[in-house]
Amino acid sequence: MADTATHDVTLGEAFAAEVGSGHHATNTGYTNEKLGMWVFLGSECLLFGGLITTYLLYQDRAVEGPLPKDLYDIPFTSVSSFVLLMSSLTMVLAVSSQVQGDLRRARTWLVGTALLGATFIAGQVYEFTSFVKEGMGYTTNLAASAFYTLTGFHGVHVTVGIIMLASLVALSASGRLGQDRAETVEIVGLYWHFVDVVWILIFTIVYLIT
Amino acid sequence: MALTEERPLALTTGDEVTVDHEPLGVFRRPTATEGWRSWVTTVDHKKIGIMYGYAAFFFFLVGGLEALVIRTQLAVPDNSVVSAELYNQVYTMHGVTMVFLVIMPMAAAFANYLLPLQIGARDVAFPRMNAFSFWCFLFGGIFLNTSWFLGGAADGGWFAYSPNTGVVFSPSHGLDFFTLGLLITGIASLVSSINLTVTVLNMRAPGMTLMRMPVFTWMVLVVQVLLVFALPVITLALILLLFERLYDAQFFNPEAGADPLLWENLFWIFGHPEVYILILPSFGIVSEVIPVFSRKPIFGYPFMVFSGIAIGFMGWGVWAHHMFASGIGPISVAAFSLSTMFIAVPTGVKILNWLATMWGGKLTFTTPMLFAVGLVAMFTVGGLSGVTHSVAPSDTQQTDTYYIVAHFHYVLFGGALMGLFAGFYFWWPKVYGHFLGERLGKAHFWLMLIGFNLTFGPMHILGLQGMSRRIYTYDDGLGFNMWNFVSTVGAFLIAVSILLFMANVWTSRRKAKGQPAVGPDPWDSRSLEWMIPSPVPEYNFDEIPVVTSRDEFWTRKYGEDENGKVVRLHSADEVCQKPGATGIHLPSPSYWPIVLSAGLPFIGYGLIYSLWWAALGGVLVIAGIYGWALEPADDDENPHGHDDHDDHDPSGDDAVAADEPVDVPEEAPVG
Repeated sequence: MADTATHDVTLGEAFAAEVGSGHHATNTGYTNEKLGMWVFLGSECLLFGGLITTYLLYQDRAVEGPLPKDLYDIPFTSVSSFVLLMSSLTMVLAVSSQVQGDLRRARTWLVGTALLGATFIAGQVYEFTSFVKEGMGYTTNLAASAFYTLTGFHGVHVTVGIIMLASLVALSASGRLGQDRAETVEIVGLYWHFVDVVWILIFTIVYLIT
Repeated sequence: MALTEERPLALTTGDEVTVDHEPLGVFRRPTATEGWRSWVTTVDHKKIGIMYGYAAFFFFLVGGLEALVIRTQLAVPDNSVVSAELYNQVYTMHGVTMVFLVIMPMAAAFANYLLPLQIGARDVAFPRMNAFSFWCFLFGGIFLNTSWFLGGAADGGWFAYSPNTGVVFSPSHGLDFFTLGLLITGIASLVSSINLTVTVLNMRAPGMTLMRMPVFTWMVLVVQVLLVFALPVITLALILLLFERLYDAQFFNPEAGADPLLWENLFWIFGHPEVYILILPSFGIVSEVIPVFSRKPIFGYPFMVFSGIAIGFMGWGVWAHHMFASGIGPISVAAFSLSTMFIAVPTGVKILNWLATMWGGKLTFTTPMLFAVGLVAMFTVGGLSGVTHSVAPSDTQQTDTYYIVAHFHYVLFGGALMGLFAGFYFWWPKVYGHFLGERLGKAHFWLMLIGFNLTFGPMHILGLQGMSRRIYTYDDGLGFNMWNFVSTVGAFLIAVSILLFMANVWTSRRKAKGQPAVGPDPWDSRSLEWMIPSPVPEYNFDEIPVVTSRDEFWTRKYGEDENGKVVRLHSADEVCQKPGATGIHLPSPSYWPIVLSAGLPFIGYGLIYSLWWAALGGVLVIAGIYGWALEPADDDENPHGHDDHDDHDPSGDDAVAADEPVDVPEEAPVG
């Protein structure tokens, strides 16, 4: 963010001279967009908190049909979790390339991140399909409804993330996403890492600790 | 010397910068500055605030009519104005409307209009998202109310307890409208809360530290933080209910082994913070009004602020007092009893501080002051009956009786609404440049106060006599007749007082035609919004003020002599900013917020009726998001304008002018 970075320094100095403090142009020093994303992610914590709690309450409740925990394929889910985890690495590399102004490389890493995310989603689709084949539909029992809603919501979040990544790639390819807007990539990255962290929680709480 | 800023918001250095002027209104995007187009595409926080106010007042009339239907039905025993089914819908929608479509957006009206003014900013952090919030709320509210014409409204109470709200017990589409409508207005509130939180944290004028902010701004900040964390919980609950009703998911069906308390817990984890979301903005308004008309600074400012924060925190730990009768077990009951008693403490601190502010002050009982004092008195009554609920054995007696109805109307009507009316009378001259009539205003106040107490006072007695809530009629001979009739008379008195308010708005506007606008500071007030002309110019501040103290505007006008006596240093006219700034850049209007929000109700109808509607809505939403994200923020046609060539000039002054506009669509891909 070359231009703005220069401005920020100048502004920060101007501000410091004015009121005798070391603040940036904004009071917190974070841009509005970044702070807004952080606040939004704070809100998302409670959404997933509620979903996870609902699942924990219902994980053993089934009048009919199998429980999710009877059907887990832990090795398979471990692999897809690993894939999602690696996508955070590629996301970091994308942000770093964007900051350095290597837009081509940034696009490559963004595409890589999106593909890893898509692989995870494909794994989830496969998992859901095999669970349904084994007799656990969405409405079969309480545990199934809670399980599909929780993991489905997470899947939707990953999908939204993939769409954002694809949009970034398109913007970048059309020359609308230069080095000066590296923060946009970083903000999408914040969202992506958040969704990743949530999956680590879900994988641990829902799949591993049963 | 005008302050010219490309970045209209965050940049609050107060630097005096001269750059070539760029006239207002050169937008290539929607260009109208007057007429309906300017309102539809506006991103100006003041216009959005005004629209919030009018829309909320419209829904207030709707909710008020529903209240009158309720009171007419209950005026005499064995009445049959409405059927039991219709009565269920009317009281449900009365509650939903008043909570979600009246008090919350009315508070949002004040927050939108005043927050940037009170912290010395030119707009909110995300102007387009602000417009989106408003349209989203409006369309969500209309969507919710169309259920009346599409087979009946929601009939499960505003709390919508499951499993009573499952398809088995409520087969109409009313509750689907309820869940989807509240999800849409929830999006509005969430976006708005993020927006205002960032605004307060990031965009204060130089020197405006957190502990110098006006109490209203503080209370709004607390409310936004509560919203940020409370809304996802109700969102989750509504989604579970929606999936159960539409897709036969299993969440609340006891036959499948569901826990009937799941919904209650989720709802009240949201619902109790919601209570403070409703009341705290009014507390903030009153904390602005009382010092002005007592001619004293607010007593114990830090206590005011920290008690507000304490209410915000403790509000998360009292939700189960709504569930004492549901069998949550003695330990939970004891714990939540205690926490409920504790939360009365910070509220009491506030009441005492208002009284102490008035104590020894030079009081003038103008209409806003009357409403403010009305809040203090009426909220105290409601607060005291609230404390009786914290005593679990007594609460078990009172649960689901009219005593509860009396309590929450004393806090929500006598508290929140009184405060909002105080705000209307107080800030009307700031917004429109003329006063609301004092004589009609006082008539409005007294009639409303009397009508209010006649309506809800007797409900304490009815409740203690054992009259249940939510029943559509009662038998003769139970001893309920007289007080119910009194209550109905009171409800119609309130209706008359609201008509007086509307007449007041109308006549004072007619009288003001052709008259010069009142000065910037008609009440001799204390905070920054009074330092700028009335009505507020589009760019708010001619020059961003540099703040050196709490009650900044007051300290610029008044000082103390050697005996500690307050003396006037400057007249308001000397201190106030003169209108006539040019060359201040403002965020450009945009069509996309309304396009994006217009898609949401279609998705709602689509989920209920036919997915084709949802597809249409989806197209609008996607078009809205991408139109928004791709809307040129840095293009030549943007108000960035002819300063662009200075973009790379490293000199400080130009950096100020050429900083990127705040509404770059970085947030947009998030939706």
